[in-house]
Amino acid sequence: MAKIGVFVCQCGNNIARTVDTADVAEKTGELSGVAHVEDYKFMCSAPGQEMFKKAIKDNNLDGCIVSACSPKMHEATFRKAAEDAGLNPFKVEIANIREQCSWVHDDKEIATAKSKDITKMMVNRLKYNRPLERYKMPVTKRALIIGGGIAGIQAALDLANAQIPVSIVEREPSLGGNMARLSETFPTLDCSQCILTPRMVEVSNHPLISIHSYAELEKLDGYIGNFRATIRLKAKSVIEKDCTGCGECWEKCPFTVENEFDMGLSKRSVIYIPFPQAVPTVPVIDRENCPKFIKDKCGLCAKVCGQQCIDFTQQDRVIEEEFGAVIVATGFKLMPNVYKEYGGYRPPHMTPKKLTAKIRKTLPRSTAGRLVDVINGLEFERLASASGPTGGEIRRPSDGKVPETVVFIACVGSRDCNKGVEYCSKICCMYTAKHTMLYQHNVHHGKSYVFYMDIRAGGKGYEEFINRAQSENANYVRGRVSRLSKKGDKILVKGADTFTGHALEIEADMVVLATAMVPQEDAMGVAKNLGISYDQHGFFSEQHPKLMPVDSSTGGIYLAGACQGVKDIPETVAQASAAASKVMQLFSREELEREPEVAIVDEKNCMNCWDCVTVCPYNAIDRTEITNRQGQFLKWAAKVNPGLCQGCGLCNTVCRSKSIELEGYTDQQVYAQITAFEGAFV
Amino acid sequence: MSKKITRHDFEPKIMAFVCKWCTYSGADLAGTSRMDYSPNVRMVRLPCSGRIDPQFLIKAFEQGVDGVIVSGCHPGDCHYNEGNYYARRRNLAFRELLDFHGIDLARLEFSWISAAEAIKWTKVIDVFTDKIRELGQHREYADMTDPYAHYLVKEAA
Repeated sequence: MAKIGVFVCQCGNNIARTVDTADVAEKTGELSGVAHVEDYKFMCSAPGQEMFKKAIKDNNLDGCIVSACSPKMHEATFRKAAEDAGLNPFKVEIANIREQCSWVHDDKEIATAKSKDITKMMVNRLKYNRPLERYKMPVTKRALIIGGGIAGIQAALDLANAQIPVSIVEREPSLGGNMARLSETFPTLDCSQCILTPRMVEVSNHPLISIHSYAELEKLDGYIGNFRATIRLKAKSVIEKDCTGCGECWEKCPFTVENEFDMGLSKRSVIYIPFPQAVPTVPVIDRENCPKFIKDKCGLCAKVCGQQCIDFTQQDRVIEEEFGAVIVATGFKLMPNVYKEYGGYRPPHMTPKKLTAKIRKTLPRSTAGRLVDVINGLEFERLASASGPTGGEIRRPSDGKVPETVVFIACVGSRDCNKGVEYCSKICCMYTAKHTMLYQHNVHHGKSYVFYMDIRAGGKGYEEFINRAQSENANYVRGRVSRLSKKGDKILVKGADTFTGHALEIEADMVVLATAMVPQEDAMGVAKNLGISYDQHGFFSEQHPKLMPVDSSTGGIYLAGACQGVKDIPETVAQASAAASKVMQLFSREELEREPEVAIVDEKNCMNCWDCVTVCPYNAIDRTEITNRQGQFLKWAAKVNPGLCQGCGLCNTVCRSKSIELEGYTDQQVYAQITAFEGAFV
Repeated sequence: MSKKITRHDFEPKIMAFVCKWCTYSGADLAGTSRMDYSPNVRMVRLPCSGRIDPQFLIKAFEQGVDGVIVSGCHPGDCHYNEGNYYARRRNLAFRELLDFHGIDLARLEFSWISAAEAIKWTKVIDVFTDKIRELGQHREYADMTDPYAHYLVKEAA
């Protein structure tokens, strides 16, 4: 016979006002299995909890019901108290008679009857609660960071400085990401590379950080604290440990292709480092375009290399590493193909990469029927950058002339779901203001126009920055541009000024579009690979938009930077540090504790239909062989990995033989709760 | 302002199977906001609407419950990513089964209620209670027994 204690809380007057708690306690005491009842003013107070513990010890109770507020409030409190008193915490249940009874009903008679009913249902349920033990799992104290942009760099440094070994997986040959492309940063106009490259060097010199550049994550198995990552290290065709980064090979290489780092505005050699300050300073051979790999000709780089470190036979290497936590920092790209509304222009970096050895090495660029002088924000950054294709002089891509009139168009592709995405791309107002300033500083007599919808400059020093841009000769026009067309060697911009109500035509030498930030095109593939969720745009979803903004939907995987949503650099860095501190929190313990409310399998009854494997959203269920003591195979059965199981219970519902059960919400418990419902109304 | 509860000749028994992340929290919010709704409902708290087995509903009907509410997170908001989609499909299939057996489908209500929709929760409960009150007592399932559930629910030793 069960010995259950029932503790009815008056919650001051909150419950007692509409519920006759003494009556509830008395009636519940008559139920079979109830050995002890209490009616107390504040169960959650220190004396209330002491009384709770004492009652458990004195009466040797094997289960407790606390009829009080919502389990969200004090379930943990009373489970902890029960543990202190020597009772298994999972033998404590809360009957919610405050939020769902006393606070929503005025009639004392009815509320009392309903409270009795709720308590009775929980008492009946409790009889089938099993004592559960929390799972303990070891933690591998190594972190994996996917993406080597500013978010990945910041997180890696934070973790490594806390003595946690880190691996960075970066797809490109160098760290740096999109921030390395920027010329200067708002709102202080300090040079982006000047603040980024020291950090890149710090990463490369840190003994606890290993960089896997030119590599991709193929697979991630396991669960929080115990991940196993399969990483493909693409063949660089260069022996990394011997290379000194002297530059002989890329200087001598006779073949060039469009430089992706410069957004296609310049050419790079086929063996290359993306930019001069690249980390690691080890070149890679672009095998798609190298004639050595296409038709087995050339091989000049191998001849000029003093260290003999060019290896054309190198193969991709696949390595497996163990990690305890993962930070995803895959970043963003600018929305491609937003140009349709402006006359069928195709952005240059969308042209297929081909072996174009004959194409001239720098500007001007071929004009095959496009408005070449319509560029996007990142392309402008490259033009303005001292390390860019023009050496920091602003020249237009078509003929290399200094543009006298530049039109900037904000909100291209953003804030309009018919022309792109619905969200505000957030950083465009700021970087367009920055662009006007960079342009004015570069071309003193130049004229700049900004077509904008609204100015959104919420941030420290941001509004001041916009005001500064507006006072430095930039003409801000509130309105949209309807069409861009060619007029001689100029671009005719047709738009409207909605303040004056007039249509506007500007003959511009160059047009800069502030295109929307979107996730990387393979973001959804990455999300599926990692088992995290993403929103309709492909940004990774956080666990809770306000209270858990860096946790992904999967335990042990954290998000940093623009892969989670549009962000500027300070926000990205802040989120990266937050993600790093989450990892430190996880690694601060030797063992992870996990709530035991997970599914368990009755292997005897399992009949191998694998429905549970199909429905499990977390891939937590595996197939396992059941053997006898001699090791002979008996049968297959499902097996739940308690580290991965989140306790949703989908498997329990679909199981045909009812051999998989969700602890804490078993069929027995639910049936017991249902059958105790008498509907006693008055 | 709270409503005056009027007593009726017939008070239906209503059972709600809800997920703990959305609807249960929504009902808690109704309490915290001191809203007022019909007291006929009893809740069974489950981790996810996908955990709701149609057999629970059968058991509830067998127990003499006059109406059943199934509720979880809105599509796309499931805490477990996809649990509520299973709940939705299961509901469609189960309704057909109920229909086949000649049970009035009005006795089974399915709705999405998020943790913020306390007002929707009170509305669903009030409207559903009134509807069931008009339909009257539910007897179709009263004599049916589910041997498995019967076997499970023995008096605890």
